[in-house]
Formats: sequence, C-alpha cells, structure tokens
Amino acid sequence: MISFARSDQSLLSRWWWTVDRWLILALLTLVSIGLLLTFAASPAVAERLGLSSFHFAQRQFVFLVASVGVMFLLSLVHKKTVRRLAALMFPLFLGLLYATIFFGPEIKGATRWMQFGSFTLQPSEFLKPAFVVITGWMLSEQLKTPTFPGRKIVLGVFAVVLFGLFLQPDFGQMALISIVFAAQLVAGGLPLLWVVALGGAGIGSLVLGYFQVPHIQGRIDAFLNPESADTYQIDAALNAFRSGGLFGLGPGEGTVKKILPDAHTDFIFAVAGEEFGILACLGILLLFTVIVVRGLAHLLEQEDQFVVLAAGGLIILFGLQALINIGVNLAVIPAKGMTLPFISYGGSSALALAITMGMVLALTRRNRHLKTKTIKRGGF
Amino acid sequence: METVRNRLMVAVFLFVAAFLLLSARMVGLGFSPVGQSGEHWTRGLPAYQAKRVDILDRNGVVLATNLETSSLYADPKKVQNPEAAVRKLAGVLPDLAVGNLLARLKSDKRFVWVRRKLTPQQIYQVNALGLPGFFFQAEEQRVYPHGPLFAHLVGYVDIDGRGLGGIEYNFDERLKNPLDADDNLVLSFDVRVQHALRDEMERAVRIFQAKAAAGIVLDVNNGEVLAMVSLPDFDPNFAGRASADQIFNRATNGVYELGSVFKTLTVAMGLDSGAITLADGYDATKPLKVASYTITDDHPKARYLTVPEIFIYSSNIGAAQMALDIGAETQQAYFEKLGLFTAPFIEITEVGRPIYPAYWRDINTMTAAYGHGIAISPLQLASAVAATINGGYLIPATLVHEGEGFRMPGKKVFSPEVSEQMRALMRLTVIEGTGRQADVPGYLVGGKTGTAEKPGEGVYQKHATLSSFVGVFPMDRPRYLVLVVLDEPVGTKETFNFSGGGWVAAPPVGRVIARIAPILGVEPLANEVRGYQEVALLVSDIP
Repeated sequence: MISFARSDQSLLSRWWWTVDRWLILALLTLVSIGLLLTFAASPAVAERLGLSSFHFAQRQFVFLVASVGVMFLLSLVHKKTVRRLAALMFPLFLGLLYATIFFGPEIKGATRWMQFGSFTLQPSEFLKPAFVVITGWMLSEQLKTPTFPGRKIVLGVFAVVLFGLFLQPDFGQMALISIVFAAQLVAGGLPLLWVVALGGAGIGSLVLGYFQVPHIQGRIDAFLNPESADTYQIDAALNAFRSGGLFGLGPGEGTVKKILPDAHTDFIFAVAGEEFGILACLGILLLFTVIVVRGLAHLLEQEDQFVVLAAGGLIILFGLQALINIGVNLAVIPAKGMTLPFISYGGSSALALAITMGMVLALTRRNRHLKTKTIKRGGF
Repeated sequence: METVRNRLMVAVFLFVAAFLLLSARMVGLGFSPVGQSGEHWTRGLPAYQAKRVDILDRNGVVLATNLETSSLYADPKKVQNPEAAVRKLAGVLPDLAVGNLLARLKSDKRFVWVRRKLTPQQIYQVNALGLPGFFFQAEEQRVYPHGPLFAHLVGYVDIDGRGLGGIEYNFDERLKNPLDADDNLVLSFDVRVQHALRDEMERAVRIFQAKAAAGIVLDVNNGEVLAMVSLPDFDPNFAGRASADQIFNRATNGVYELGSVFKTLTVAMGLDSGAITLADGYDATKPLKVASYTITDDHPKARYLTVPEIFIYSSNIGAAQMALDIGAETQQAYFEKLGLFTAPFIEITEVGRPIYPAYWRDINTMTAAYGHGIAISPLQLASAVAATINGGYLIPATLVHEGEGFRMPGKKVFSPEVSEQMRALMRLTVIEGTGRQADVPGYLVGGKTGTAEKPGEGVYQKHATLSSFVGVFPMDRPRYLVLVVLDEPVGTKETFNFSGGGWVAAPPVGRVIARIAPILGVEPLANEVRGYQEVALLVSDIP
C-alpha cells in the first residue's frame, strides 16, 4: 500500500487525504461485482445473438477499466473544474441528443444512440450529470445573489432537455431527470407551497402520459393488472429470485439469462438473484445504500451551496437509477428500461456514471487547505 | 442553510426507506415458491407435447405411443479434439462408425448427427464425458408396447417419425395434426382377441411346421376387424431389422387360391339365384373329366350327394356341377357383388389385388366353385363369407373404431332366407362334416374347411397345400367370424399325416373361439356351460 505523509503536498497526496476513501472502496467493489455479473449473464445473450461467448464481457471489462480511470481523474480536480467541465459537456451532449433524432439509428422503436464507427454512444447518459451540475450551479448562484435569475434559467434549460428526451422518445430518462431536477429545486430552498405544486405537476404529467402515450399506458396497465398483459419478462425475473432462494443456484446454473433478451443489461439483477441468491442481492443493495447515504451525509456539513446542490443531485441521480432498476426487477414499479449503475452492461452508461461519481468524489473532498488557511490567518 | 440540511435529511430517509422496502420484497421473493403468478413462465420451458398422437385399441389400450428421448449431435466448430472425442464416444457407444464420424467432425459443417435416440444410460454416460461441442436434441421415439402383436396393422415409422407402414402410414397426417392432444386414433382391434388369435396361430404354425399363416377375427354385423394376424411377423420397434417376408401382410396383401371355403359362396349363390335347392343333389360317384382336367374329391364318398352333403363333405365334383347349373355369368355377377374382382377398401395401403381369369371357360367356372383359379386375400374371403350368414349384406371391413353401435352401410347380396340356410349348413359341417374339430361346446360354431393345392410350376402341387378354416359363432345369431389360413402345413402323427383345413386349421379356430367368446361377451348355451368349461380349461396360453 502506498502511503502518503500528511505533509506531502503533491497532487496525489492531497487527493489521498481529502477524498472519501470509503466511498471509493464501495464504488470499486460495485465495479468488481458488475464485472463478475457481466461474466455470468452476458455469455448466454452473446451466444443467442451469434457473437462469441465473451463478447460483452470483454467489452465491459474495457469499459469498466476506462470508467475507473475517468472516475479517478475526475476525483482529482477542483470543484471549479467540475463546474467548467459540466459547462463544456452540457452543450456538446445536448447537441448530440438532438442530432440523434436526425442521424441516430432506430433501435427497438427509439433513436437514442449516435454511431461512431463501431462504437455507439448514448448522449442522454452524459447529458444527465452535466445538467445536474449546471442546475446546482445556477440555483446556488441565486441563493448567493437573490437577484440572479438562476431558477428561471434552469427551468428553461430543463424544458429544452426534456423536449429532446421526449423526441427520442425516452420516457424513463425524462422521469428520472425530472425527479432529480425537482429534488434539486426543493433542496435549493423552494417554498413549501411550490413543493406541493411540483408534486402535483409530477402526478399530472404522469396522468397525461398515461392517456396520451400508448406505450406508457401499456406499461402501467401491465403493472396494475398483470393478468391482462404480457408480463413475460417480469414473471421470468420474479421466478429467477424465487428459484435462486437465499444462496442462489450457483454461478452459471441460472436459466433466466437464457430466456430474457436484456439479461445482461436491464435484468442483470435477476440473474444475480438466481445464480448468487438473495443474500448476495442484499449485499449489492447495501452497497448502493452506503454510497447514497454516505454521499448525502457529506453534504450535511457542507457550507458550499453549489457543492450541496450539485453533488446532492448527482447522488440522487445515481441512487434513483439503482432504485428504479431494482424496483423493476422486483416488480414493485412498472417496467422501465433503466441500467443498474456499474453493473448492467453498457459503455455509455458505465462512462457516464464514472463521470457522475467522479464529480461526486471531487465535490465531496474535504477542503483541508481552506481550513488550514483560515486557521493560519486567524493564528498569525 | 438549515432548510437545505433538513431537506437533505428527508432525502436520506426516503432513500433508506426505499432500499429497505426493496430488501423486504427481495427476502419475500426468496421464500416464495417458483411459478407463482407466472403462467407465462412455462413459455420459456414449454411443457412436453407429443408430435404424434397415440393409437389405441377399441378399449383404450395403447398400441402406439411416444417416449421423450435425446439425440446426440455435434457442432464441429466447437469440438476441440475430434480424435480424442470420437475415441471417448466409442467407449460409450461401441457400434459407432468411428472413421465416418471423424471425417464429418472435421468438415466445416455446423451440425452433425452423432447418434439418434440414445438410452437414458447412454445420455448419462455421454454427459459424463464432458466433451465440448457435443449437444443433445430432444426427440420423440415411437414405441409399440405390444411388440410384434400389431406389427402389420399399426405399422411403424422411420427415425424421423414418419409413418412407413400400416395405420401409421395411411393416417400419417391425421396422427401428426390431431384436433387436440387427446385426439387419439382408436382402432377396431381388441388386444385380448388379437393376442388369442396370434397365440393359437403361432402354436398351429409350430406344430404343423407351416411356412406362414394369416388369421382374422371379424364382427360379421358391422365389419369391424377385431384381430388380424400375419405370420411370420416382426417387432415394429425395430422395423429396420425385419425382412420383406416378415413385413408382408398375408391377411390383406397376399392373394391366394383359398380352396373349398369358396363352396360357401357357391352354395349361397346357387340357393339365392334359385339354381338349386337344399333338396337337390349331384352324382359324385366318380371323378369329373372336363377337357384335359380331372376334378376329384378329397373326401370321396363315391355316391350321389345332396346339396348339404356336398357342402359338409366338401365335394369338388358336386360343387363343380352346381357351378355349371348356376352359370358362368351369374357366378361372376355374385363374385362382383361380393367384391372379389377388386382390391377391397381397408384403412391400410398393404392391400393385394385379386387374380382371376381374363377369359372364363367352363373349367374356370367349375374350379372357381371350389376356390381354385381365383386368388383373393383372406380379408376378402372373410367379408364375403360374413355376407352369406349375416342376413345377406356385404359390409366393408374396417380397422377404425367409430364408436359402439356404428354400422358401415352394407350392400345386399343374398336374401335373409339363404342366409338362414347357410347358417344351418355351416353348423352342420362342424357337427357332421369336415369341420368337427372346430366345435366348442355351447357356442354353436359353424364353418367351412378349405384345402387348396398350391399352384407350382404349371401344375398344382398335391402335397403343398393352403389349409384354412372359416368359423362363425354362435350360428343361431352369428356375431363373429374367425378365419385361419396355414401355408404348407405338414400333418403330424395326431392328424394321421393329414394336412387339410379340417385337421390343421379347424382346431386353432375352435381354440380361438373358446378363448375369445367370453371376452366378447358371448355366453355359452345354458345347458352346455359345463361342457364349455371343461374345454376351456384345456385351452391356455401355455403351449
């Protein structure tokens, strides 16, 4: 183990003493589990698609190594750099988001991807953390300078993002980003009356979506009344947990991965349940809880409004994504395509989450220098 | 700042609560049984459904069904070391064509059959080898639980389950595309009757060293075939090993000059056409010379014989003269009506075409009267004889059971009065004439013997005969006909070296009747129950 002296003022040493090492440990554990589960779930899918058995697993290995690198690099930077990075990323990926509508290939009825050679990139995944940071920035500026129209700016930006996602269409991401955005507004000191109004707007848009979009209606109907609809994937996932029991059938012994088309992405948690058991799944759930709670707990003692709102939004984004995916796997919420952070297969998802959590790590670093400087000033 | 902190705390609590909820849900799922609320689950692993429906006998006994099995195939691209793999497989499947398989495993195909339809033990052993690139494909194996018992009737299938013979061939589409899974094909046979018939025929073939045999049990009132046997037979579970001689169905496909059993038809048409009456008679004192032929009697009485005597003592001389009185045209018209000039309709395709003279001279008319010069299948004879005693109707024989009470529409050939007279004559043959050995106490068995000389190189062979007996019971209200034909039987000491139908074919018919009558619900006459019981005790499965 490399150790750094506290007096060492090099970049790495500063990083080592200020970053949340427990959070890093939890994230690395999650990445390792994700790699293991991709090896368990994806060969069956790859063989079904006529690819070599470890096609997905090998690619995911590259993605995850790159993600850990990105996360590490981002965690080194100062919070101002995080803000600037978001300011750079946001227009780039917003542009790409709208570009997919014209240039992206249609996959399963939606255009969400951009094709770059043999790589496909999902702009919406990268847009999310950038948008959350921008929102945090704008709201914190308004808190600092009440005359600054931060809320109005982000509302406008939010509308543009939401419309882009609507055109794709990607209702899952729309819901996710709306909830995170609302949470940021609430955390940013939105008056209670407005909070209630926001909740009403959320329910209202859900109702509107139900009656206006047949796809949403189908999913919700299937959830409320499973007998009436084709709930094949959900039934298969539930039975995977049942047959797995507490300790699982053992690695490679599962059958759900052979029948579910999305066994390596949206339903990887069910594969984990069948092969490794409920206890292992509880472990994964615990890891997510630790990351979210520990991340949010940092912010309770944080003085910088920007850090609270930006990092808070990013953690809620991360946590909600995990909640929705696991909720769908367990059939407690309507079916919605959502990846399980760091565990589901997917390059865009892994890299975007690395950026998300890298930013969180950077923002939640204890600012040793600020404090020491203050003490110095006071002392001398 | 305080508001922000409070609201962040709310977020933390909401998250923790949500994660706890999911944990509870997960633990709940972990302790619930599989399949609950998930009927769709079965779509991933479909329930086994046979690709071919079962074939049943009239009482629902399974004659043909399917077993799930697995076939071994290889994906040569995934086989890592073909030589070692083939060597290991040969240890489990010793009769594997090693060289051929190795060549195919080295080809650039992606699918190569290694062995079809392995036994469970072989499947286990192959799995234990753990060879990469070898896989099992679920398949169906058609199984005939009764082995050879219904070989010629139910037929058999090829390795891919396509019908190749008998009912399996003729009803291939019907068996493959049933209305539903329970839409089994029900045949007219009764497995108990079939067993009794085959058992007694095998015994007769063994005792009299016959080359072959054919037998039929027919319901004379509705044409249903309750049993039909052709010997030698084969095991349809291993049809590939059967010889052409074994596969040949002598009861429907073979056509033979069946001999004196034809006198049943001659006398019936004589009475029905009015050419003769029971009071008439013919001179049978000496052999009859017609052109270059001489017609003799097997059981010469060398005297004037009445019509009943001609029938019960089976006089060729008398029958030949009778046929001349009936007339060639009338005789052929009756043969036509009895369906002897065309292949009969039956639900299998192994049906022989009758052979008869293209041009009938007097001698043809005379020999046809006692069953020579015209060759028909035992099935055709059974239907024709049934028409003489069932009230006069020719009812097409059928192998399919359409339900109790169903009756194929018959074609009227003889008057009911003639039918009554024929019943009496056939009963008399068993009481007084050549068929005495077929009698069973209490069952009023009637019948007619047949001993045909088999045609050889241009001449009839005196000592190679086709000996038959057609029996019907009970003669007061005929219900079932039993026909047994033996090919080239050899007389024994017990039969005084006679090999005629009355000596070799009548006893097995009697024994079959003694065995099947109670099964078929026919009761012996009240005053002869004791006599029947004594006979029945002597008849058993044990040779």
